[in-house]
Amino acid sequence: MKPSAIFLAFLLVVPTVAAPQGFAGMATAVEGFNDPRPAPAFSFPADHGAHPDYRIEWWYLTANLQDAAGTDYGLHWTLFRSALAPGDTGGWDSPQVWFAHAAVTTEDAHLTAERFARGGIGQAGVEIDPFAAWIDEWTLSGETLDALSLTASGDAFAYDITLNANGPLIFHGGGGYSVKSPEGQASYYYSQPSYEVTGTLTLPGGDVVVTGTAWLDREWSSNPLSADQQGWDWFSLSFDTGEKLMAAQLRSVDGSRFRSGTWIMPDGTTESLGDDALTLTPIASTQVAGRDLPVEWRIEIPSKSVDVSSRPLNAQAWMDASIPYWEGPVFVTGSHSGRGYLEMTGYEE
Amino acid sequence: MIAAALSSLWSYWRRNPLQLATMIGGLALATALWSGVQALNTEARASYDAAAAVVGEGRYDQLVPRAGETLDEATYLALRRAGWQVSPVLVGSLDLGEVALHLTGVDPLTLPAGAGAAGQVAAVPLAQFLAGEVMLAHPADLAQFGTAQSIDLIASPAITQGMALADIGAAQRLLGQAGAISRLVVAPDQPLGRPPLAEVAPELLLQPAQGGSDTAQLTDSFHLNLTAFGILSFAVGIFIVYGAVGLAFEQRRAMIRALRTMGLSMRFVVVLLGAEIAVISLVSGAIGVVLGYLLAASLLPDVAATLRGLYGAQVAGTLQLHPSWWLSSLGIALLGGILAAASAIWRMSRLPLRAGRDPQVWAMQSARGQRLQLVLGLALLVLSGGFVVAGGSLLAGFARVAALLLGAALLLPPLLEVALHVAQRRARSVTAEWFWADTRQQLPRLGLALMALLLAITANIGVSTMVSSFRLTFIGFLDQRLIAEVYVSAETDAQSAAIEALADDGITVLPLLSVETRIGPQKVDLYGARVAPVYEQYWQFLAQDGDVWSRVAAGEAAIINEQFARRAGLWPGDSIPISPTVTLPIAGVVGDYGNPLGQVIIGEELFITLFPETRARQFGLIGGGADALMARLEAEAGFDPAQMIDQTALKAASLEVFERTFTVTSALNVLTLAVAGAAILMSLLTLASMRVPQLASVWALGVTRHRLGQLELARAVALAVLTLLFALPLGLALAYLLLAVINVEAFGWKLPMYLFPADYARLAVASIGAAALAALVPALRLARTPPARFLQVFANET
Repeated sequence: MKPSAIFLAFLLVVPTVAAPQGFAGMATAVEGFNDPRPAPAFSFPADHGAHPDYRIEWWYLTANLQDAAGTDYGLHWTLFRSALAPGDTGGWDSPQVWFAHAAVTTEDAHLTAERFARGGIGQAGVEIDPFAAWIDEWTLSGETLDALSLTASGDAFAYDITLNANGPLIFHGGGGYSVKSPEGQASYYYSQPSYEVTGTLTLPGGDVVVTGTAWLDREWSSNPLSADQQGWDWFSLSFDTGEKLMAAQLRSVDGSRFRSGTWIMPDGTTESLGDDALTLTPIASTQVAGRDLPVEWRIEIPSKSVDVSSRPLNAQAWMDASIPYWEGPVFVTGSHSGRGYLEMTGYEE
Repeated sequence: MIAAALSSLWSYWRRNPLQLATMIGGLALATALWSGVQALNTEARASYDAAAAVVGEGRYDQLVPRAGETLDEATYLALRRAGWQVSPVLVGSLDLGEVALHLTGVDPLTLPAGAGAAGQVAAVPLAQFLAGEVMLAHPADLAQFGTAQSIDLIASPAITQGMALADIGAAQRLLGQAGAISRLVVAPDQPLGRPPLAEVAPELLLQPAQGGSDTAQLTDSFHLNLTAFGILSFAVGIFIVYGAVGLAFEQRRAMIRALRTMGLSMRFVVVLLGAEIAVISLVSGAIGVVLGYLLAASLLPDVAATLRGLYGAQVAGTLQLHPSWWLSSLGIALLGGILAAASAIWRMSRLPLRAGRDPQVWAMQSARGQRLQLVLGLALLVLSGGFVVAGGSLLAGFARVAALLLGAALLLPPLLEVALHVAQRRARSVTAEWFWADTRQQLPRLGLALMALLLAITANIGVSTMVSSFRLTFIGFLDQRLIAEVYVSAETDAQSAAIEALADDGITVLPLLSVETRIGPQKVDLYGARVAPVYEQYWQFLAQDGDVWSRVAAGEAAIINEQFARRAGLWPGDSIPISPTVTLPIAGVVGDYGNPLGQVIIGEELFITLFPETRARQFGLIGGGADALMARLEAEAGFDPAQMIDQTALKAASLEVFERTFTVTSALNVLTLAVAGAAILMSLLTLASMRVPQLASVWALGVTRHRLGQLELARAVALAVLTLLFALPLGLALAYLLLAVINVEAFGWKLPMYLFPADYARLAVASIGAAALAALVPALRLARTPPARFLQVFANET
């Protein structure tokens, strides 16, 4: 779940209204867009491509990496599509707007870059066969979604990695229909959580050869938030046991939380976790970019005997993009140990 | 005590309202001319800046096409896909019938956040802007739009008048330039690993941020021209004020003596007089600002037309009030007043307390001043010559002109003195001798007004000689260049083909192939010429090397125009790079008075090889008569009469543009002459009352009042004639400087000088008439002075 993206997308649609209203405006339905329906039947590779009749969509990749000396790195790349109106006419008039974020996180640095593009003129887009998702010179491409290469660069960093999937696609919620609120807001949501990564990071100190694992999220929707939801806390974790976990909670202004998750077995079979199957509890906070953020969490899933706490590689992993949020690599210890990514949004103000 | 002193100082002005009016009028006029010109300049510059600021020109590097006016959208995409963080901008003139808006199309998603347009777009719903549904314009411009526009308008006070802002997609649609981009703004932060520009888009040129806009560089000379006129007018105005202030102080000597005997220190009197001048200057300044605004507002449309015609620069047709403008105008009025009064106050504080008010004393006092003037005048003339050595820049050219004019003006009174002295020697009757002697005696006072007249006549002769010479040269140039009988614009490839097919019937077809390109740092128009015998027949070269046309036809040489040759210092024998791969020797340099841009002409075949995408859309046709050709094209190839123009009509249209270009110059010329006339009138009026004592003696000797009046008029005419005689060679010298120095620096062409005796005769009649007219009122007044007033002079002396 990437609420920051939704927020961004919404701001692009109604920039003057959204800022004062915050997340409250996101429940506003926009005429003409399709809404996700339960029990989806995906068709691949077509569904790896863009869905211009839905308002928002993303290709979201996070990677936990290490160099030969065992130093940890995090890598993040996201391509967002935001439709100002349904459909795609091509040319400058196309309502399809694209933007993207890239970042590399080390123990003491968090390097980021942001791009914007018009869809209709070919500056950004997604093609399905062979697969290619791009904005400017940033590209995520390969013969299929299982074998990809990824490049991106900012003014202080660059990366060039290859990804090979060694597991199946994972469908969240009900076969990829992921409910986000008690009121029934939902998105289509599937992941490829099992990439093996090799590649090179170009950092201010020089090139670093890295290996590790990556997780790709695919999600699209038109109206995924309920009126009172203000932000998200989201985890993608890979445990040393080979099991994986997606766990997220949506925070409402009244203090209530709507939780959801997916438990992934080493063979790729999944179990959807409902609102009462897991808890996410902040255990320590840090000053980040002038605000107090809960950078350490306790995650409990009684049915899976999971009780772990997470700490960030770099607590200052603040994405200082046009809409800022926190996104960075984390490590978990406790009943299980492992690593993954945490994203926290709705803490802008 | 202070109140009493103030009241007595003020009482003088109350008793001499005409002198007060002279002061205020002179200073107000000077301020008006100065500030009017400043307003014109400020407005035009603000317009360029506004156009440039839309995308932050000057703040960001830019990529511009090496050749042609636009680059292809595909090039933009190639750069983005290679990592270049650039943002597309398309600019163009959006024609709305009566007026045109300067439309800038931007892509708000990629525009650097610091660009001016980014802030303006943020005020609009982004979805509508990106969809090309809205255009931002100044509220005052919205009224110009009909309802039939294909785009919604949003009033934005942040947009400068005459400008409009839209999404680049909308701009491409509105300007009819699908897929075209004028330039790319380069973001300050660029990603790692970006390939060099030459690898991705060798057809583009990186323009560094501090380069400034082409428009500003081009139009600098025009604005310097206007400024020079403003300074000239201001100087003429200050002469008037100088005369009036000197007189007022002279006549108040008795009053000041009285004030001092009552115990006021000289220092205090000087402070009071200074304060008086300051108040008068500020009042005059305020009036001048209003007049200047009106002047600027009435001239602005012509200035805008000139700038558009000459340089293609867009200037909003309406004037806006900038606080800096009227504040500086008040400042310049104050400065002018103090400058004009400074010497009078200084002299007053030095003259002995008991000095009389006899003008003869004043005249003798100023004899020393005249010697100084002579020396200074000569020094300035030498300096004017000296700048030839320093020469080189436009500023040096104007400095030469200024030194020449000022030096000549300073020399005028001594020279007139000599002339009058000679006349006096040769006088045969007593009356005549008195007439010349009396004229000499008045010279110091009238000198300033005459200097103003001299400057005005000189400027008139110089500028009109330049414009008329330019005009003759331009007409000759048109005859040389417009050699085809008919000029046709094709709209489609089919129409182009139909025109080319005429060649089969023995009609000479001359396609006009051109691209805008850059050679080194210079923007030039590159033409491809289909060499025909008519070119050899009509074109004349300023410099040439061998058989120019056959070398050009063979693609072995290029022709360049004079302005390019002078700016780049390239002449026959030198070589120029036409493209990255082709360098050609220069075969000929040709005079070109159509625009200040450089031009390079190469053979058609070579042009097509270098720019295969450029199609000729304009053609010249020779053979069979204009009317027959046009009728045939209309009947056979479906050409609209609006697509064709015959040679005569085209020449007329070109000349019209030329005439409009100099409307402003001639308007300012007339105004300067008017100011000089006013200067003479005011000097004579203020002198009139002073001269009653001398005239009383002459009257007592038997010369009638009527005869005195006639002599008064004759004196003005005699002085004007002498001034005119002096002004004529000076004016021609000025014309030479303008043609051979200023024009070369400003436009890049040197013009032959022609003489226009009939024009000078007309000007002589006008100047003498103006002087006579100015003298008429004082003369009439003198003729009607009651004898009692003359008698009173003697009564006071007993």
